[in-house]
Amino acid sequence: MVNLKKDSLIIANKKFNSRLIVGTGKYKSMSECAKAIKLSGAEIVTVAVRRVNISDKNKPLLMDYIDPKKITYLPNTAGCFNSKEALRTLRLAREIGGWKLVKLEVLGDKKNLFPDMIETLKSTEVLAKEGFKVMVYCNDDPLMAKRLENAGADAIMPLAAPIGSGLGIQNKINIQIIRKQTKLPLIIDAGLGQASDAAIAMELGCDGVLVNTAIAKAKKPFEMALAFKNAVIAGRQSYKSGRIDKILMGNPSSPSKGII
Amino acid sequence: MKKIKKIKIKINGKIKSINQDSILSVVLKNLKIPLNKVAIELNEEIIDKKKINKIKLNKNDKIEIVHFIGGG
Repeated sequence: MVNLKKDSLIIANKKFNSRLIVGTGKYKSMSECAKAIKLSGAEIVTVAVRRVNISDKNKPLLMDYIDPKKITYLPNTAGCFNSKEALRTLRLAREIGGWKLVKLEVLGDKKNLFPDMIETLKSTEVLAKEGFKVMVYCNDDPLMAKRLENAGADAIMPLAAPIGSGLGIQNKINIQIIRKQTKLPLIIDAGLGQASDAAIAMELGCDGVLVNTAIAKAKKPFEMALAFKNAVIAGRQSYKSGRIDKILMGNPSSPSKGII
Repeated sequence: MKKIKKIKIKINGKIKSINQDSILSVVLKNLKIPLNKVAIELNEEIIDKKKINKIKLNKNDKIEIVHFIGGG
């Protein structure tokens, strides 16, 4: 049995055993979300920063369902369309309880939800200077990924496909180029549709994947959470095992010597 | 008896009428805000939660109280 226990994911000097990060949005209820997270084995979950509902004080709180002492909260800037909004959101997130590990996501277009990489880069620079540990959602562009790294990003998180699209990795070559050029944690964020998409990401050498919609909106979210957990483990194991070379023609599995 | 003057402030986008010279911590307490689970902005500046009992609110102040919710 291969021991994968020592194969930890390290982000900003923090060790994690699971390479699957899950989002906490789009679930039918908080209890469904909490159960899916448990089944996924994720140790990091993304969360959004929003106004407290001051007229309904009995509304359930996320923290009552997912204990931030046990699961690492990764505050995100979902819904921010410029650097100013993103910085404001993450400064507030830090204030809630000292969160420094954050996910930066500055979107540029309301329809395709592609990241605005100019605003993203600007924000990364500011956040890194302010002592944040920034995991950056970005396009699958090796040059921008390099710039983010130089600006002080702690993890590079290229999209597989548009957020919530479920299309899977569209540009394997770019992901592989980014993998080759960076030692930073490389995490596929957004666009995965099914468990095999996560396995493919891991086989390309990514350090982890971030999944929300594919689990939350699956017909059976709990089963899908488990499927993603297993796919990430399988993909990682496959990557570490060193795949065979691809050849054009057949190569028999049984020896040709001694054929009767 | 002297009538207490009221002022209008905005909390999370909603207009609220409060007593003049109200202290921020009292207003938050009345709203039953769980302080350990939120962050507070006053006129777009983040407030140190340890100092909220020293902050007097003024007319037209804008308060934002945020917390974590589910998101991807």
